[in-house]
Amino acid sequence: MRKWYHRKRQPPVHVLENCSFAIDPGKLTVLMGMSGCGKSTLAYLLAGYISPDQGTLTIDGAPITGPGPDRITVFQETALWPWMTVMDNVTFGPMALKSLPEAQARSKAEALLIKFGLIDFRDKYPGQLSGGMKRRAELAQALINSPRIMILDEPFRGLDVMTRELMQEYYMGLFEETRLTTLFITSELEEAIFLADRLLVMGGTPSRVVKTVEVDLPHPRTFEVLTGERYLEIKKELMEELYRDEAVAAVVVQ
Amino acid sequence: MNAADKDMREAMAVSGLKRRRTRVARWLGGINWRGAVSVAGFFLLWELLVRTKAPGFEAIPTLSNALEVFWNKYLTSARYWQAWAVSFERVAYGFVVSQMLGIPLGLLMGTRRKFHDLMFPVIEILRPIPPLAWVPISILFWPTNEMSIVFITFIGAFFIIVINVHDGVRSIKKEHLWLAMSLGATPMRIFRQIILPSVIPSIAVGMTLGIAVTWNVVIAAEMIASDVGLGRLTWEGYVSNTATVVLIGMISIGLAGYLSTKLVDWVEKRMMPWRK
Repeated sequence: MRKWYHRKRQPPVHVLENCSFAIDPGKLTVLMGMSGCGKSTLAYLLAGYISPDQGTLTIDGAPITGPGPDRITVFQETALWPWMTVMDNVTFGPMALKSLPEAQARSKAEALLIKFGLIDFRDKYPGQLSGGMKRRAELAQALINSPRIMILDEPFRGLDVMTRELMQEYYMGLFEETRLTTLFITSELEEAIFLADRLLVMGGTPSRVVKTVEVDLPHPRTFEVLTGERYLEIKKELMEELYRDEAVAAVVVQ
Repeated sequence: MNAADKDMREAMAVSGLKRRRTRVARWLGGINWRGAVSVAGFFLLWELLVRTKAPGFEAIPTLSNALEVFWNKYLTSARYWQAWAVSFERVAYGFVVSQMLGIPLGLLMGTRRKFHDLMFPVIEILRPIPPLAWVPISILFWPTNEMSIVFITFIGAFFIIVINVHDGVRSIKKEHLWLAMSLGATPMRIFRQIILPSVIPSIAVGMTLGIAVTWNVVIAAEMIASDVGLGRLTWEGYVSNTATVVLIGMISIGLAGYLSTKLVDWVEKRMMPWRK
């Protein structure tokens, strides 16, 4: 797959070249790489918001031609619509699809909001929620249409460390419960290893997936794995891969 | 009545008094004292400069003078209140029509690439022409003076709202649109539930700027081309060499502008319940 970005009066940017990857159903695949390497581009391609200049993306053999309710994205910065209450944000999916009558959409949304601990905030606007609550509201919004693939583009970026760790553990629990095919994008190594069943490392300019690591840490996973032998092995292996580029660059500069 | 009971009643009476006192104190504390002093100072200085016949102030009346004339002649004058009504009507027509045409045009240009390419250059050619430069052509074009004044008022707010709405559409976060697409929304639903509410804050800005320009324009247009209205009243005061009337006119115009801004603010708050 290849992707260029063209912007007016600016030289085109070659983001992806010869980039290829696979996501297994029921697995949590983590895509990691340094910022600016094209991780979000890859997410947008998979979601169908943009299309590749060369190559194709397929789901079970069917090519992706645009966005659809089988895939949902949770964006880096909150994408909750500020003019809708939490409840309206969550019920938007079934209302748009006309998959449920309004009363049923609302009760399904209520069930999700109870699950995510947001039921008391259903009539609040997103601007009145904390960062972690917004993230949970977005998960409810994303899950209500029962998508087949979940794409999370650095969802916990910008949260403070404690909220972030809570959200990671929370999300791990949610994944283990739903086993929803997931592509999780992050630039944090620890987060990546903690969450991943499979880890894709992006690198190079223009970038591609340079390394695939199967993370065989046991489920259900808690933060205890972060102190285990196997975790450290995987971390070491990945750090060597990640910093190789950096090291080369440093040598060239000197 | 035993002693304890009495004590308690006294205590309650005292606390009631205290509460009343704190309420008064809070009310007094809420006043911007510095502001009050500077306003009083301004009027005092004015009065002083006029009374001492400072250079330039020979023909200027004092505020008390103007208020006196207002009280005696204008408060009950039908012509004065008619001036208010006429000016307000012109502003209202010009403003409302500019919003009714400008908001859809801005939305169309923002959402439809082809429409944007077609219309934007024309808008960009006409936009820099100040509304008052339209006065002569407007008088030639429209059959009545009234229509030409309303038209100039319309011009004053029209381009502002068009550009604001257009920019508002263009600056919608793409994540907001993408999310709706991924949740299965049709283009019509995206327009109604995502694009339209996203643009409301820009509409509000356009309206706030627009109403201010509208009053500017209507006053000038009335001075040039009308025989009624607050602008005309002020101008007549000048022509007839009665400076008190000029002052009454100016204060009335200021008040009218303030009132319509408050009204627009009120409407804007209704439009954005999520902003508190």
